[in-house]
Amino acid sequence: MAVFLDILLSGVFHAAVLFLVAGGLQLVFGVQRIINLACGAFYALGAYFGVSAVAFAMAHGAPAYALLPVLLCAGLSLAVIGPPIERLLRLIYDRDEGFQLLLTFALMLMSQDIFRFIWGSTPRTLGNLSLAYGQVTVGPTLIPTYKVMVIACSIAIALGLGWMLQKSRFGRIVRATAENRSMIEALGVNSGRVMVMVFTLGTVLGTVGGALVVPTAAASLDMIVELVVEAFAVVVIGGLGSMRGALVGALVVGIVRSLAVFYYAELEMLSIYLIVIAVLIFRPTGLFGKPLE
Amino acid sequence: MTRRQFAIPCTLLLLVVAPYVLPPFYVTLMLPALAYGIILLGFNLLFGYTGLLSFGHALFVGLGAYTVAVMSSRLGFKSLELSMLAAIVASIVVSIPVGLLCVRYVKIFFGMLTLAFGMLFHSFLFKFYNLTGGDSGIQVARPSLLGMGFPDLDKTAFLIGPFYFYCLALLLLLGYLMWRIVHSPFGTHLRAIRDNPRKAEYVGVRVHAFRLLAFVISAIYGAIGGTLLAIPVGLADPELAYWTHSGILVFMTVLGGFGNFFGPVLGAFVYIALQDQLMSLTQYWRFALGVILILIIILFPTGLMGLLERRRNRKAPVVDRGDA
Repeated sequence: MAVFLDILLSGVFHAAVLFLVAGGLQLVFGVQRIINLACGAFYALGAYFGVSAVAFAMAHGAPAYALLPVLLCAGLSLAVIGPPIERLLRLIYDRDEGFQLLLTFALMLMSQDIFRFIWGSTPRTLGNLSLAYGQVTVGPTLIPTYKVMVIACSIAIALGLGWMLQKSRFGRIVRATAENRSMIEALGVNSGRVMVMVFTLGTVLGTVGGALVVPTAAASLDMIVELVVEAFAVVVIGGLGSMRGALVGALVVGIVRSLAVFYYAELEMLSIYLIVIAVLIFRPTGLFGKPLE
Repeated sequence: MTRRQFAIPCTLLLLVVAPYVLPPFYVTLMLPALAYGIILLGFNLLFGYTGLLSFGHALFVGLGAYTVAVMSSRLGFKSLELSMLAAIVASIVVSIPVGLLCVRYVKIFFGMLTLAFGMLFHSFLFKFYNLTGGDSGIQVARPSLLGMGFPDLDKTAFLIGPFYFYCLALLLLLGYLMWRIVHSPFGTHLRAIRDNPRKAEYVGVRVHAFRLLAFVISAIYGAIGGTLLAIPVGLADPELAYWTHSGILVFMTVLGGFGNFFGPVLGAFVYIALQDQLMSLTQYWRFALGVILILIIILFPTGLMGLLERRRNRKAPVVDRGDA
């Protein structure tokens, strides 16, 4: 039982982070119709910037328990990179999707060297700062409080996003833009602005995800390409463009992965791709995706 | 037309003389370019002519490389022809079931499904250490070409001598074959499928069967190129099948121009030269490559070949997909 709970919790923690990144991917795909391979770069940027921000805050006498707020702020402040990248992507909105995919691929290639230039090629860690929050007993097992806090943060963000998309005026406009762009323009909405805001929101979800994960894992250059394929698995399983899909997909990927790691480590990634292929074959639009056309 | 009749023999002549005039380093640099040329000829049958963008084509490159590695190091077969035959068989065996599943979809779904299969193969290579050597891969022993081992040549002399001409001959042979494929009724069918699948089906083209055939042919080209790619390096490693490698294949194709028969081959040579130059200039060569890729996508979507054609025609640029 304790073992099972351990697996479940580490799976859910992983899912909480994956959901943030995949949620950003879904938002951008839903509105811009672009699969953003650069989401891995946002995630890594969040992680690296998080390490630097925490180091800076600690050097200026911030207490250890300020870790989570500092990381959240670091992730949020990276929103500034959203608009310029959206400006670049705007040049190819009406192009073939192969070109769109390739442009985000180019951004990802560049990001690797930008991070290498700024932070060097050795992985950056925060040591065991996250232990400042101690551990909590969950039934028969002990887990770091920090992980529980991240899971809580992710749930809060998911609820906030859900409320925003379903209930707020901005959310209605976003959904309408995803549905029919020319109609929304005919109704007098500046769709360009909606695009910028949605893309920036997607970026922030990625950077916050990266910033939150960094106390438990190192910020490294490899995390860019590794995350892309995982986030991609999440959106395929959940269905492209669906936020509910991102949530379910992240849980599936997170839990399956931690199960595989525990029982048969060779199957870690293999099991995820098998699920992805099965989903694409039997339900190509994913669990929650709308049929295209 | 006369320009092309002039350009082809000239390029050929340059390629044949290259090993005699260029320093050995540059000749060894041309070996991967020749191998990528073969891979991209096949890739462009799928991308440029059939309109299917695969983001997992590195799967077949990896498959070819691992086949020659297993044949030469584990099973002790020295003959490259035999290894290549095995690679062809392996690529057919893999590409038929994968293709059957993938060709039902187009656009982004096709890309995602191929990416998933590519990553499936990569994680198999990476994790099953006993079978595949994990991240250190499998060594590739020096093969014999057409039964000749060239024991008196050292490694570099072998690579820039017999092996270079072997690759070049193969590229020409497979290039000619692809030219015939593209200009056959089959090739016309593929273009019809690309431009309007519903209409093509209406007039009696068997869309799925033809897409599958194109997929299998491109897989065979990928595997042959993969075997040639692994020999100079002497190693087959999982990176060859990783999804970023598939991205590089797309990069080369777009760089050269996928609307032209020769575009991808040109793209392979230019990419290899560019990468080498950038790597010697700066350790941040990926950044420079990314910038170049972005510029091409935004400003010159028809690639280098499109640029050359535009200069020749002095007409408005037309994205003339695959009708060269």
